Amino acid sequence: MDKSLQSEGKSFNVQQMIESNKKKTSIGEKIERIIPTLLFLCAAVSVVTTVGILFTFLRESIGFFSDVSIIDFYTGSQWSPWSGEFGVAPLIGGTLLITLIATIVAVPLGLMSAIFLSEYASDKARRVIKPVLEVLAGIPTVVYGYFALTFVTPMFQFFLPDLGIFNALSGGFVVGIMILPMVASLSEDAMNSVPNALREAAYGLGSTKLEVVVKVVLPAAFSGIVASIVLAISRAIGETMIVTIAAGATPNLTLNPTESIQTMTAFIVQAATGDTSFGSTIYYSLYAVGMTLFVFTLVMNLIAQYISRKFREEY
Amino acid sequence: MSEVMVKKKNNTVNKASKREENSFGLQKEKANHIIEVNDLNLWYGSDQALYEVNMDVPEKQVTAIIGPSGCGKSTFLKTLNRMVEMVPVVKTSGSIKYRDQEIFNRKYKQEYLRTKVGMVFQKPNPFPKSVYDNVAYGPRIHGIKKKEILDQIVEKSLKGAAIWDELKDRLHENAYGLSGGQQQRVCIARALAVEPDVILMDEPTSALDPISTAKVEELVQELKEKYSIIIVTHNMQQAARISDKTAFFLNGELIEFADTDHLFQNPQDKRTEDYITGRFG
Ligand SMILES: Nc1ncnc2c1ncn2[C@@H]1O[C@H](COP(=O)(O)OP(=O)(O)O)[C@@H](O)[C@H]1O
Ligand SMILES: [Mg+2]
Repeated sequence: MDKSLQSEGKSFNVQQMIESNKKKTSIGEKIERIIPTLLFLCAAVSVVTTVGILFTFLRESIGFFSDVSIIDFYTGSQWSPWSGEFGVAPLIGGTLLITLIATIVAVPLGLMSAIFLSEYASDKARRVIKPVLEVLAGIPTVVYGYFALTFVTPMFQFFLPDLGIFNALSGGFVVGIMILPMVASLSEDAMNSVPNALREAAYGLGSTKLEVVVKVVLPAAFSGIVASIVLAISRAIGETMIVTIAAGATPNLTLNPTESIQTMTAFIVQAATGDTSFGSTIYYSLYAVGMTLFVFTLVMNLIAQYISRKFREEY
Repeated sequence: MSEVMVKKKNNTVNKASKREENSFGLQKEKANHIIEVNDLNLWYGSDQALYEVNMDVPEKQVTAIIGPSGCGKSTFLKTLNRMVEMVPVVKTSGSIKYRDQEIFNRKYKQEYLRTKVGMVFQKPNPFPKSVYDNVAYGPRIHGIKKKEILDQIVEKSLKGAAIWDELKDRLHENAYGLSGGQQQRVCIARALAVEPDVILMDEPTSALDPISTAKVEELVQELKEKYSIIIVTHNMQQAARISDKTAFFLNGELIEFADTDHLFQNPQDKRTEDYITGRFG
């Protein structure tokens, strides 16, 4: 029996070789044991950072709310911190107005692009358009901001002669352009992951192309699409540079997109770069506004996560 | 008189004589041809997948298509409702007539063809919707909106697919929660809901367990009362059990097409004989 296991001439025993190698690998074993701890520490960095930021936010916000009542902060409708008025509503309003305009621009355009790329485009068209979209996503937001101020606003002024230099419309429009690639590319991923078998089933029943898209692909990709939109909206809420440059610095509770407004982020830039003295109420108000902004984007992200988790269960 | 249907170039003569036979009122076996395929060639890009296929599909019978993997069975089946053209590089030549109308004609609408020539796929592919919405999908896209009518269609189709009793209390559950066999019968019901004329089935039982397979086979027998069925199968016993006629494909060619009993007991072509006796494939 043994002989048949041995190749001619040389004889060796694999089990013995494994045994002797095992002794040599005791260092390897130690590394093996340390690795999880090491990886855990790396992962912990981001957790600790988040907790640290939250903690700072909370502490400084609490400092602020001992000066200004939290009720006045959230119910007041006047934001002029340099004259002691801390009603945050105009900043929230400004942020929501920008977000609304951006969504109105990005969702239809993004969805149409996604449908085109996923269902209609030839391979060739897709190969050209997708990288272009990705370039769009890589443009620094400060460039977008100047684009809004020096190109989009003058263009809009051609149609709306009363439009001021700083206005919510061009800011929101360009934020929309900025988040468009996100909507387009994530929605396209969602549509691409709809199995072809479903399209075949629909064509097999005599559907036209449009019916397949509208009645089968979009519903099947629905949660992925919604998640992409929610994520894009949360980007728009947090967008800073474009609105600081193009939308003005006038806290203004309005729905009129042609007026100059100020968003939460733009106020934070203004106060943080101006000569706000440390420990003043304005200094602390940064944290209260930052905290409010954080809650907004956090909620949007949670919604997106919830939806995309549901989406994974569908097929 | 034997119905060996591997038509040579003399198929016009062949057809004329058949028409005469019909006018004498011969019974079902000499029934009308619902689909007539003539000199069909098909290419995927520069690779030819079908060569000069000629085949007349009888009405209200079960026609089985057998042959080794890769011989073009699915391609042929998908050509009959022009689904094969979803692959952009596909080119065809020749003629396919459905009820005497040329389906390759540019004016012939694919959507119309597919409501007449329905299809059931190899892997069950229900939509991620409720059982009800799956079955109602076809009628709905063709403009049937009334709830009472849709209710009736759904019930009738599920009964037709022999799955009504199992599912009548689960109509509003997602079809993804059903077993594979149930899903496949829902897909059959979905195809029946538009009341097609012909049903194409591409290895409909290959992803199913033996019990579900038996149910689908039984169902096929019932369906041929009302529908003409063309079924691809790699299982020769299945072809022998359920079909009236069998076509044997090899390397993109139709080698032999005859009554099922005839083909299995007395194959005319050496290659058919080799295949059914298990000498290759
Ligand atoms: N989408 C496609 N693109 C290119 N070639 C294909 C495609 N589908 C099938 N073929 C080729 O056509 C031939 C027949 O395939 P198919 O009809 O799927 O065979 P079967 O169903 O008999 O197994 C095979 O050689 C296969 O490689
Ligand atoms: Mg196949």
